[in-house]
Amino acid sequence: MKKALLHFFERIEPDKKKSPLLHTAYDAFFTFAFTPKTVTTDGVHIRDGIDLKRTMVYVVLALQLCYLFGAYNIGYQHFHAIGQYPGLLDGLHLKLVYGLIKILPIFIVTHVVGLGIEFYYASRKGHGVEEGFLVTGALIPLLMPPDIPMWILAFAVAFAVIIGKEAFGGTGMNIVNIALLARVFVFFAYPTYIAGDEVWVSGLEKVNGVYQTAAYGGVYQFFDGIFNAWGWDTFGAGGAAVIDAYTGATPLALGYQGGWEKIVATYSVSDMWWGFIPGSIGETSKPLIILGALFLIGTGIASWRIMVAGVFGVAFTGLLFNAWGMTPFMEVPWYYHFYMGSFLFAIVFMATDPVTASSTNRGKWIYGFFIGVIGLVIRVMNPAYPEGWMLAILLLNVFAPLIDHYILEGNMKRRARRAKAAAQ
Amino acid sequence: MMKSGIIKLVLPAFLLLAQIGHAQTPAPEKSDSNWFVYGLAAIALLIVIYIIVQVSENLMAIEAKRLGADKSGANFSLFPQMRELIDSKRPAYLSGQPLFSLRRGFDIKLEGEAPTQINSKVKSTTYALTPANFRGIFPIPKMEVEVGSIVKAGDPLFHDKSQPDIKYAAPVSGEIVAINRGEKRAIKEVVILADMDMKYREFKAPDLGKCTREELVAFLLDSGVWPMIRQRPFDVTPAPGDEPRDIFISTFDTAPLAPDLNFVVEGRGEAFQKGLDVLGKLTAGKVYLGLDARGDNAPSAVFTQAAGVEKYWFRGKHPAGNVGIQIHHIKPINTGDKVWVMGVQEVITLGTLFTEGRFDTTRVVALAGAELETPQYVKTYLGASLSDLLKGNLKGKHVRIISGDVLTGEHKAESGFLNYWDDQVTVIEEGDYFELFGWLIPGSLRPTLSRTYPNFLMPGAKFRADSNTHGEKRAFVVTGQYEQVLPMDLYPQHLMKAILAGNFEKMEGLGILELSEEDIALCEFACTSKQPLQHILRQGLDMMREQS
Repeated sequence: MKKALLHFFERIEPDKKKSPLLHTAYDAFFTFAFTPKTVTTDGVHIRDGIDLKRTMVYVVLALQLCYLFGAYNIGYQHFHAIGQYPGLLDGLHLKLVYGLIKILPIFIVTHVVGLGIEFYYASRKGHGVEEGFLVTGALIPLLMPPDIPMWILAFAVAFAVIIGKEAFGGTGMNIVNIALLARVFVFFAYPTYIAGDEVWVSGLEKVNGVYQTAAYGGVYQFFDGIFNAWGWDTFGAGGAAVIDAYTGATPLALGYQGGWEKIVATYSVSDMWWGFIPGSIGETSKPLIILGALFLIGTGIASWRIMVAGVFGVAFTGLLFNAWGMTPFMEVPWYYHFYMGSFLFAIVFMATDPVTASSTNRGKWIYGFFIGVIGLVIRVMNPAYPEGWMLAILLLNVFAPLIDHYILEGNMKRRARRAKAAAQ
Repeated sequence: MMKSGIIKLVLPAFLLLAQIGHAQTPAPEKSDSNWFVYGLAAIALLIVIYIIVQVSENLMAIEAKRLGADKSGANFSLFPQMRELIDSKRPAYLSGQPLFSLRRGFDIKLEGEAPTQINSKVKSTTYALTPANFRGIFPIPKMEVEVGSIVKAGDPLFHDKSQPDIKYAAPVSGEIVAINRGEKRAIKEVVILADMDMKYREFKAPDLGKCTREELVAFLLDSGVWPMIRQRPFDVTPAPGDEPRDIFISTFDTAPLAPDLNFVVEGRGEAFQKGLDVLGKLTAGKVYLGLDARGDNAPSAVFTQAAGVEKYWFRGKHPAGNVGIQIHHIKPINTGDKVWVMGVQEVITLGTLFTEGRFDTTRVVALAGAELETPQYVKTYLGASLSDLLKGNLKGKHVRIISGDVLTGEHKAESGFLNYWDDQVTVIEEGDYFELFGWLIPGSLRPTLSRTYPNFLMPGAKFRADSNTHGEKRAFVVTGQYEQVLPMDLYPQHLMKAILAGNFEKMEGLGILELSEEDIALCEFACTSKQPLQHILRQGLDMMREQS
């Protein structure tokens, strides 16, 4: 079987000179299927079993639960808004199918655009396709609101990969996190699609001043056919009005208006914890993110220092705000800040990107801590930006080399001092 | 000390505050201002306590420094150090001598370890001296013999044109049967067909008590033992005019499948001690011995009873046995320093020159690795023929023969010879195979530091390793990986980047002079991006050497 596959790959190998792009794509798929037979030359004779593919794919594995829940929650929020299927398992098939129909195109467009650019640049530079986009491509869909138009998404991915990565020299050379750059592009270029109260629940439109579900398109009708045949509930035609109590606002927007009391009036603490709230696709469920974090820490892929420092940063700033207590949002008990918004997702999956984070262990503590501090300051004090982690991480990405610089300076100074002491 | 003190105090304070915050939240309206005041008072109290503790801690440190006790490695802080809490007890055989417990490092456990018993049937008939083993000499040295010459052990074979005083001597007596040349007529190896009964060039060693250092150096140069000394930084043969700050010897080797030096020195204690005495004469500083504190039993008495040297004990995983790591902890190399290092068997050769008046290059060599039928120790001479040593012992044809260990050794053809300093031959499988989804679901276990493999659950397990790279070369992505296996106060990844950028100031500042390839080899093994770290480091060292 292995031999036959190898033989097959050998037969279809395109010519490298005639069609470099094709050959790059071929090489990417070939090295995906087979680890190459290269052997060590000079230096060490044996190499560790870990490589970049394995490292990256473990992050993708850690995200799988978020994907699963994200797909479900898109559907759950949609039906929740119109008051249908209130139970978690009611209409499960509808919720899942609805979510998958939303999330799959996002996933596919992200990868087609991103990988296409990666392949193109790899073939131009004449090296193999590097694995950086494995993680970026898995993260971007989770950072987006469910109704993001595909053309905006495609623009954002292209912008992030070309300007954020390839312009700097490819995987390992970028200054800021690519996935966040894609999100920040949407945030500033098309703010109405990613901010405000209307974007977080999927499939609603405003007719005569009242929100109602948009008409279900052809794909839904196709599934309705199947569900009908099995005698299950169907999507129907759409146009159902939202319930009276409906508000598309996220807990953070509510918190800014009226503090903790206003938040809990709409969302229960347990809903926020388990993730049954509107938000970006992947960031709502805290336990699943924590599971992913434990997986990453256990396998040693992501830096626990950044995560712990980030939690300390939020707790510290939260306590300060509690003490200050000037606005209602400041009075939200500090530990509830972990329940709302996307802090956990950001610190576990975005801040720990080793390329853009601080690269010294001591620097990682500082880096993580300040992400926590700055992110929470933005969240609580700035009404224009409901959530601060994207900006906090991008800011610290830019400052990470500076943090490292001072840590290295310290090391160099220590060495110089030692030499001076020895000379005396 | 200051910084760690701050962390130690801020943390509990913070937790306390958190506790207060938590306790108060159910009724925020009532006690809002109250708990704020309490919080402030608590912080003030903590600051006062902190100042008191810090002052007394500093006083303690000053006093320790004044008495010179701070160098002993003991902890004079008010707080226990992390490693004191975690570490197991000091072994009893230390008897109060200083111990360094190195936490960082990694032991690559491989199959094919040689049992400590010498197979006296294995003999080599030819031996070779390889000019390329000596860093910095010209590829075509000046030959003092030709094919057909008869030499005794200790007769000079060639010298470098720029350093004619340093003689490179024949390790055995016999007839020169070949002078193999490589590219551009560089001399690859000078091959000697050894006599059945070794004939030695006779030396009259100077009396250590009476001779001057100059006389001693002249004798060492002439006798051919000088190239066995290596100078750090740069890992080169020292220039005859140089005087080292100190001399360092590591008495244990932690590399994968390395020979047990306690076994190697059995019955050669007298020569070892004599060698130490000679080295003591060569430096105005000290001779430092790095001793093995890993085991339950004390190492060989040859090491523990050695006289006229400073002894420091080391405990930890590889590379704790590397002399470079030990230097870093005992007395680090600063800019401008030159220290010498020597291997245990080289010290014995040096000592024999004085105890018996002959250039005896006897080497106990470990033949190890999973691709050998019977891993074993053999007693031979320097530069032995690999085909003779491994005759009939190889399991397969598709193997890689390494002179040295798997991390730092050199890939040799079967017709090759043991390198000058090597006391180990490792044979592993060649890894030029495709592996279906090898990066995701590998077909076999392999040595790794990564916890994405279940290896960390099997602390005692030994692994087969092959020469496959297990992935392709990539840019530096993962961070903190090198630091994890290098027990030094040094940032290897940033140093590598400084070398690649050619930034001399940063290279020196980040400690390139303290490193040799063997120290960084484990980082190279662990590297996710498959970067050639030893190669990069050597580039940097060569650049630095040209500058100085």
